[in-house]
Amino acid sequence: MLADALRAAPAGLDEAFTLIDGLDDALVHGLARIDEERAAALESFAAAFTGSPLAGRVTDSIGKIIAGTVTDDHLAVLAGARAALTGAVHDALLDVLDEALGRTREPWPAPATGPTTPAAGHLPAGARSWLRELAIAGWRGVDHELAGGAAQAVQALLAAPGGRRLAVLLDGFAAELRSAAPVAGLDRIPVRRWADLWARAILLAHDGFPAPTAVPADGRFLPLGVDLHEHPTAFRAQAHGLLESPDGQVRLVRASVAAAKVDTISGPSAWRMLSAYPVFLTALAGHRGVEIAGMPLTPAGDLLWDESCAVAGEPADPFATARVRLGAVTAASASPLDRHPAAIAEPVLLEGYTAGADTIDLGGVTLAVDHDRLPAAGPLTPALIAASTACLGLLRWDGGWVVQPLAVQATVRKKPVVVHTADWALGPTEAKAAKAEAAAGTAVEVLRERAGRLLRK
Amino acid sequence: MTSGSAAYERRSAAPVIAPVRPRKLAKVPFVELAEGRLQGVVSSGSDVERVYVSSITAGDHGLSCNTNNNRPCGGLSGGTRACNHLRALADAAVAQYGLDRVARYLKVTVPDGSDDLWSGLHTTTAPNRAAEVFAGFLRHLAYLEVPSTTEPLPDLHWFPAAGAVS
Repeated sequence: MLADALRAAPAGLDEAFTLIDGLDDALVHGLARIDEERAAALESFAAAFTGSPLAGRVTDSIGKIIAGTVTDDHLAVLAGARAALTGAVHDALLDVLDEALGRTREPWPAPATGPTTPAAGHLPAGARSWLRELAIAGWRGVDHELAGGAAQAVQALLAAPGGRRLAVLLDGFAAELRSAAPVAGLDRIPVRRWADLWARAILLAHDGFPAPTAVPADGRFLPLGVDLHEHPTAFRAQAHGLLESPDGQVRLVRASVAAAKVDTISGPSAWRMLSAYPVFLTALAGHRGVEIAGMPLTPAGDLLWDESCAVAGEPADPFATARVRLGAVTAASASPLDRHPAAIAEPVLLEGYTAGADTIDLGGVTLAVDHDRLPAAGPLTPALIAASTACLGLLRWDGGWVVQPLAVQATVRKKPVVVHTADWALGPTEAKAAKAEAAAGTAVEVLRERAGRLLRK
Repeated sequence: MTSGSAAYERRSAAPVIAPVRPRKLAKVPFVELAEGRLQGVVSSGSDVERVYVSSITAGDHGLSCNTNNNRPCGGLSGGTRACNHLRALADAAVAQYGLDRVARYLKVTVPDGSDDLWSGLHTTTAPNRAAEVFAGFLRHLAYLEVPSTTEPLPDLHWFPAAGAVS
């Protein structure tokens, strides 16, 4: 049944992406250079919103942009309309998956006139003006100067409460543009990726981006697997797991901790940057549950990790947890503006498959293994996945379904082994990797010493 | 049927930056390919309080090397023969990014079979950029003082940690 879901393409998927691609292609050349073909693509994009509440604003904004007037408001409408399409694709894909997995999903709570992000106001103005320049110039027009133009905005946002999310996004995006500049000479442009990052940044930089409202949660958090994220100045460990409430409810939740870093701190030593979260790291490295009390939980299923609300619990094998509990779990809905196919990361337990060099054959469908999401910071390798018999992973969609393994049970030299991505959360457990980490880890000390000497002058 | 075979242009998670390779930082704590230059900071061999700020421009391979107090480097002394700081900077960049990426950024054609970046550089002199590059180094160091966060940061799904040993 899962195989059927992974093979199926929801109705309207190709049409939605044709519209999205039309907009994305306009951003390659820049909104200052819209030829007839690109203008037609943008007009079809606008026409697709006919009859929706966005229709008037989308038609008006796109008309103005084609005529040569590119304001922050027009761009916000463009990004919002694109988010509506990616959101619809997200929902269609997830519906099929939920049905195949028998997963219940709680609807997003009705919008409250709640607080908006505290970064609203003058702070994101610098970000908006950089994003506007990018859209006007197009990716092909990005030179060294434009690529570097977000630096001040990022510094200001990093220092401001509520500015972190936009700062981390802009910094990762800008690093890619800097490494690719001048983009005019680049062979292949990551068209959809940069349009995604740009559109998300536009929405986050808009005044009034809704902030999540969290409520305190109690119970036992049982980690299933850990997804690691990294760009030159960020490292983040996100644990997917189950939250068993005292009333017996079992929910699928995430908990994550993120640190700022620099590019030379990478691989296993990046874990050193998260040392402020010993309960979290001990639970991940030791495969333990965590007793939580009064920890904020958002409607999107994110526990806002707070060590003072957490006590390390008993060992809990994630494979056993998944076998017993994952089948009947209740999942949360993504926040409306965060709905995007690339944000789908559904925990699954796969067993009884045939593993190939870079695929997992489930019988009826062959799922590609996403090797680009296997981190250097953990012991999981393509070879282990190829030798595996069971896999805890995330189902993701990027032009097609792929699996990102988070843990495997495998047979190596006739012996059973179990390997998780976060096994090295407290440092590598294997002698060779530990030695390499000890050498690389001095990077953190060297830079801290330099910072101590130079920053406080 | 195999899933996940979308073109690079139509992938949200298309990889753009290769993870940097680990290297020792004591001698050259900071290297970057930015603003059209290979630039960075090289520790002084004799004085822990002093660093050299060195750069090589992309395209015309202009060299610059000064202390963080804006004194010219005695080794380079405004010439076109690289000083030890510039050599250390280039070595660190190659260790961090790989020869190909550094050569591509600087627009250097390294002769086939050679692993020496300098064999393809036709050096000139360049204006002093020490103040800008040093400010960049301080910004870089300041990341170590940014507090960690437990916010959900959903956009990080676009930035997977990669680089597992294959």
